[in-house]
Parts: sequence; structure tokens; C-alpha cells
Amino acid sequence: MTAGRRPADAWLRVLSLLGCLVAWQLIAQTGQLPLLPTPAVVLASLWRHVTTGELLRHLAITLERVAAAFVVAMGIGAGLGILMGRRRWVDAGLDGLLVLALNIPALVTAILCYIWLGLTEVAAITAVALNKIPTVVVMVREGARAVDQGLLDVATVFRVPRGRRFTRVYLPQLYPYLMASARSGLALIWKIVLVVELLGRSNGIGFQLGTYFQFFDITSILAYTLAFAAAVLVIEGVGLRPLERRLTRWRA
Amino acid sequence: MIRLVVRVRQKRYPGATRPALEALEMSAAAGEIVGIVGPSGCGKSTLLGIVAGLDRAFEGSVEVDGRSIHGAADGQTAPLRLGMMFQASRLMPWLTVLDNLRLVLGRDPTATARARRLVHDVGLEEAADTYPGRLSGGMQRRVALARAFAVEPELLLLDEPLVSLDAPTASRLRRQLVELWQGTRPAVLYVTHELREALAVADRVLFLSPGPGRVVLELPVDLRRPREPSDPQVGELHDRILRLHPEILAGAADRSGDDAWTPETDADRSTP
Repeated sequence: MTAGRRPADAWLRVLSLLGCLVAWQLIAQTGQLPLLPTPAVVLASLWRHVTTGELLRHLAITLERVAAAFVVAMGIGAGLGILMGRRRWVDAGLDGLLVLALNIPALVTAILCYIWLGLTEVAAITAVALNKIPTVVVMVREGARAVDQGLLDVATVFRVPRGRRFTRVYLPQLYPYLMASARSGLALIWKIVLVVELLGRSNGIGFQLGTYFQFFDITSILAYTLAFAAAVLVIEGVGLRPLERRLTRWRA
Repeated sequence: MIRLVVRVRQKRYPGATRPALEALEMSAAAGEIVGIVGPSGCGKSTLLGIVAGLDRAFEGSVEVDGRSIHGAADGQTAPLRLGMMFQASRLMPWLTVLDNLRLVLGRDPTATARARRLVHDVGLEEAADTYPGRLSGGMQRRVALARAFAVEPELLLLDEPLVSLDAPTASRLRRQLVELWQGTRPAVLYVTHELREALAVADRVLFLSPGPGRVVLELPVDLRRPREPSDPQVGELHDRILRLHPEILAGAADRSGDDAWTPETDADRSTP
């Protein structure tokens, strides 16, 4: 079976996270650092924010933005990637733009989106999606270039209808590339969403972090970060990992 | 389908100095297995690609009963059920054996039952829900065979279907192939580089010349089925052909040795 499924590996995964926590506790405790509260203090603060504060509401809002930006970026990115991988002239026409887009700092996109589209939800999601689309395009294009023409020929000879040809012959060849860009995509989107929220939204984790930064409330900042990190791990664990396993089970 | 007629005036790959095929004409009738033999590089696979409709960049026509089978300019396409076995099995590795057959069968409610029956016919019912990657090469080839017959083809194209299989596996697959063929008797183009192989399967054998490929000799095979390449009659016919046309496997017919196997096509025909 694949490595990820072995129980020993799962334990290692948990152990490494726990090890991090213990190291943090030790450093904070022995150093008595005013700017580094212990995990226990942070967890207590997290509990307080969850039960009495608005952490869950802000977390939900941020997750919605992540989901929206993710869907938009994957959809457009995959479409463009397939086109560029298949059609030489599309590739030639868009390649320069792609290199440019890959190298525009996230902050620039965010500021420009807010200026041109106003301080709106649409602007926020557009800014995040625009940052992600180029990396999806690059990966999916790689996949589209590696598509096995022999298998497509099978579909042609047997006159497999277009829709089925796409979903059962073409798309499965792109799954590894789509999965890779989905995972790296989530990682990137998490990071950019917070920046965009900090810049131009009045809710969400990014906004809250900005607020606590102004108060120098390090404990709350760490509590929010922890909550966010936990959400990321859960989504990766119950969403992406099982999906990937399902899509690649034929390799086992 | 009654009769397939293939005329290739010329097929040239971009950048190639000489054509891959030139002045090639051949036909096949329903219920007939036509063996196509020739040295490697003579354009056998190119020919099958043209007949399959995978290669449209050639001068000529592929017609069934007088109608073009692959999207002619006037949109008059004859509906033709086509089955094919490629040199490699070319199964979708992410689909189970059964789903590989259902892929070509469509949403028809009888499709699953039909797919199951064919999987059974090639002796793979145990592996119906297995992914192709877990099967041996021979078993994968059997799935490809079942897939080719799944669509109840009127025209079946076989590109070296037994190549690189060990002798017992090849022999078993050949028997299954002929059995399945006897069920619906489609027209079959059977490409191979082995003369014995062709003689063991075909009703008629065409010999192609080295590139540019064209038919240099055409022989009927009047031997009873079932037959094996190791059968004495097959061996005898094989030896007789090679005696009369020593260079035939290199793609050259010997014009002096004409007797019962006089070529039916005129190999001297000049290029139109």
C-alpha cells in the first residue's frame, strides 16, 4: 500500500507536530520571553476566542473566501493550462503574459484590485485568484503536454463521445497535475487571503490579525494562527488526501 | 458493411524525402480476414492509421460500399462500427477491465451485460474489476481483444495483435480471436510481420513493398480453420511461397515463378 496509509506514518506525523509544541513550550517557559507566550496560554486564549469571541465567524468568512478563490483559480487555471498545453498558438500567445503574471507580487495585485474594483468581496477574491491562476496554468500545461496521444486515439477509433472522452480518457491523465496544483494552490491561497483581508476587508482572520497587531496582542495573534493552522490541517486531511487516494487508487 | 475499399495515391509524412505509401489499393469484404505482411517500416501501421481515420493527411480515399467512412468533405460519412487492437494494449489504466469495455460501449443498458459476456469470453471474469496495471501483458492483450469486439465491429483492425507474447499465450489469444471473429464475421485487416502468423489466420494475404509501401503480391489462403502457425499445411504453404518468391518478405515479388499464386493485383501498375 502507499506510504501515507501506514499507521506508523500517521503516528510520525502527529509526533512531529507534538514535538514542535513541546519545543515551543520549553523555549517559552525557560526563556520567560515577554513576546512569546507559552502554548498553554495561547490555547487558553484560543478557547476564550472560540467560546466568547468571534473567532469562528471570522474563520468561516476566511474559509469562504479561500473556497471561492480556490474554485475560480482552479477552474480558470486548468482551462487555460489545457488550452496552452494543446494548442501551440495559444501557448505562444500567452506564455509571455504567464511569466509576467507569475512574477507580479501578490501585494501589487491586491492593491490594484482594490483600487480598480473598490473595497469589495469581488475585488478580494479576484486578487487572490489572480495570484494563484498562473501557477495552476504552469502545472496543468505540463500535464496537458504529457497527455498520451495513443489513448486519445483509442477514443477516436471507438468513437467515444466527446464528453466521455474528456472525463474518462483525457482528464484522468491530468489528475496528478491537478492534485499537485490543488495542494500547492491551497497553501498559496491561505497565505494571500490573509494579506488581502488585512488590506481591504473588515472581517476575516487577516483583518483580526491586523487588529491584534495594532494592540500588540501576541497571544491572540498566535491563537488565531493556531485555529487557522488547525483548519488547514483538517481540510488537507479529510479533503485533499482522501480525494487524491481515490483518484490514484489504480496505481496501488 | 459489404466491402471496404482503400485507395492511397500517396501518403507522405511532413519532411520525409519519400512517401510512406504510394499507389496502394486494397479491399476487404465482410467475413474476410486479410493479412497484411511486409518488412518493418513499409507503412503497415500507417495504412491501418489511415483506415482507422486517425490519419487524414493523405491523398486517396477509404470507402465502405462507395461512401467515405471518415468525414468526407461533403459530410457524407458512412456509419461504421470500427474495432481496433493496437500494438500495445492501450487500456485506460485508471479504469477497471469492465469499465474499459464500457468506455467504448456507451450508456446503453445492455452495455454492462455485453461487457461482462466478452470479459467472460476471453476468460477474464475473475479480473473484471481489476485495474489493467495488475494484469500480465497477455491478459491485457485479451482485454484489448474483448474491447475490440465489444462494439460488434463491422470492420476490425489488428496491428500486430500477438507481437511480443510468448508462444502459448499468443496461440491462446489467436484462438480466441478467431472464435470471436466467427461469431459476427466482420471484415478484418490483420497486420503482422510474420508470414506464418498471417497464414495461420487470414483468408488472403497482401504483401507490401518497403517504403513507399504498395501491394506487390496477393495470395489466397485456402486452408481449413482452426489452424496454427505450426500446422504442417501452414508450414508447407509458407515454404512454397518463399520458394516462389524468395525476396517476398523483403517486399519484392519474384515475377518468374508465377503459378497458382499469381498476384491478383497488378504489381507493375505505374503510378497514376
